[in-house]
Amino acid sequence: MSRGAVIAFMLVLFVLHQDFWLKDNGSLVFGILPVGLAYHMAFTVLAASGWFVVVKYAWPNFREEEGEEEAGQ
Amino acid sequence: MTQAIIVVIYLILLLGLGYLSSRLFRGNSNDFFVASRSIGPLVLFMSIFGTTMTAFAMVGSTGESYRVGIATYGKIASSSALIHSACFFLVGLPLWSLGKRNGFHTQIEFFRSRFESSKLGYLLFPILVGLIIPYLLVGLLGAGTVMQGVTRGAFPSVFENTGGAVPPWLTMAVISGVVLYYIFAGGVRSAAWANTFQTLVFIVMGFIAFVTISSKLGGMQAASAMGDPAKAVRAGNLTELQFLSYCFIPLSVGMFPHLFQNCLTAKTAKSFRLTLVAHPIAIMLTWIPCILIGFWATGAVMPDGVTPVIPEGTSPNAVLGMMVGKLATPVIGGLVTAGIMAAIMSSLDSQFVAVGTMFTKDIVVHTFGADRFNEKQKVLLARGFICTIVLVTYLFTLAEPRQVFSLGVWCFSGFAGLFPLVFAAIYWKRATKAGAYAGVIGAAISWLLLFAASGYGANGGYMFMGVMPVAVIFSTCALSLVVVSLLTQAPSQATLDKFFVKKS
Repeated sequence: MSRGAVIAFMLVLFVLHQDFWLKDNGSLVFGILPVGLAYHMAFTVLAASGWFVVVKYAWPNFREEEGEEEAGQ
Repeated sequence: MTQAIIVVIYLILLLGLGYLSSRLFRGNSNDFFVASRSIGPLVLFMSIFGTTMTAFAMVGSTGESYRVGIATYGKIASSSALIHSACFFLVGLPLWSLGKRNGFHTQIEFFRSRFESSKLGYLLFPILVGLIIPYLLVGLLGAGTVMQGVTRGAFPSVFENTGGAVPPWLTMAVISGVVLYYIFAGGVRSAAWANTFQTLVFIVMGFIAFVTISSKLGGMQAASAMGDPAKAVRAGNLTELQFLSYCFIPLSVGMFPHLFQNCLTAKTAKSFRLTLVAHPIAIMLTWIPCILIGFWATGAVMPDGVTPVIPEGTSPNAVLGMMVGKLATPVIGGLVTAGIMAAIMSSLDSQFVAVGTMFTKDIVVHTFGADRFNEKQKVLLARGFICTIVLVTYLFTLAEPRQVFSLGVWCFSGFAGLFPLVFAAIYWKRATKAGAYAGVIGAAISWLLLFAASGYGANGGYMFMGVMPVAVIFSTCALSLVVVSLLTQAPSQATLDKFFVKKS
């Protein structure tokens, strides 16, 4: 996975964070969570999952720990 | 009374932990300042997370949710879930690498070297320390307010002026003393250990508070039904521009001196992996209970079905303490209060170590030379400066009536406003010494002007042309840095070779 894919992933999440389509919706999910709050909880889980993918497939190498030139600079 | 006893027992446990970590302290400044760069993934994650969660996250978030509703989570917490991890990936990792390669202990050492300017450090030092003081204030004020809220009526004959509650000045003095003890015992290693323990404590206790309060209100569905419907939506509480510009605030983690130092303690780059993934989830686990408690507080009534739990006109800072104090048993109340103190102290410790490190390394040693003081004297100097800053902050708390959330936002705005400096230092070869000065001065002046325009934080809802002040400070810094850098001479090839290693 390239650095461009990581940046694209962050931009998509940034757009998803702007929840204007829910700003007037006060209904409660399961009678407990206001839908705007439930949406941002799902967003948080998505962000964590995205970072898991980055860690797994786009982790840079550092010469400080592998004895070679640092990538990603 | 019970609550106070539980908190005291918790503080004694922390003192014991401080004593244990002091047995591992090697007595040299490298161990005191960066734990000999030996911290592994779990402690690094707990330490970084504990450091970023303070009174702002628990007391402030509950109060802000009570004031403007559930949009509080979106405007700060979920954006942090994305941006904090991005900062660790894009800024923390390269800084760790550069720090390990060049032996940096502080942000200022890094900036001095990258921008080839000794004087830049003297400009940055008062700005960074000046911005940390409101951050410390947030923690101390939050601790004092919560303790007062949960112990109301417990000591009527001892504390008559506060209705029998432990007065804030006493709570603030005691927790400052406890934190000072354990960081003096073992420096940043003690702080990392204490943070690991305290992060577990505040997540678990926050959950216990949530379950207890919802149960007392008749279950989660009944509690949510009591909440003010106007606070269940973003419309009417937060404008689109305000919500969008709040996204700049989490960038502050890229410039926190204490987080820079935390990053340097990592044993390897791989130690950061757990932090990147677990940090967003930990944010959610900490914030959601507080946001819901704040939302429930907007309409919650006592079991008599009539009396509001939170009387009209209550300070947002006091909402969490009152919800816990009125709706939980004394034992649960005590445990939750200990959890809140844990969240607060887990930030104070790293901040204390960071200011001590900066003073010793960036001012004293830099000015008088590395050989002028021996290892013990360096550690003593750091401790002396920490005590001075704690005393100054403590004196501020006695006169500072601001809301925790508002004060936190101003502090974070200052650090986030300086984010272009660190980003350009890492990724833009053309960023120059003059550009760095222009960026720092631009950010400082715009912060001061906007802070003054807000009545020095008294107007909690202050915005500039409809956007959060942080957006203006960030833009001023970025624009000044870019324009002046392009107009001035590029850094030397030696510096570029040192900071921009070509791909192999």
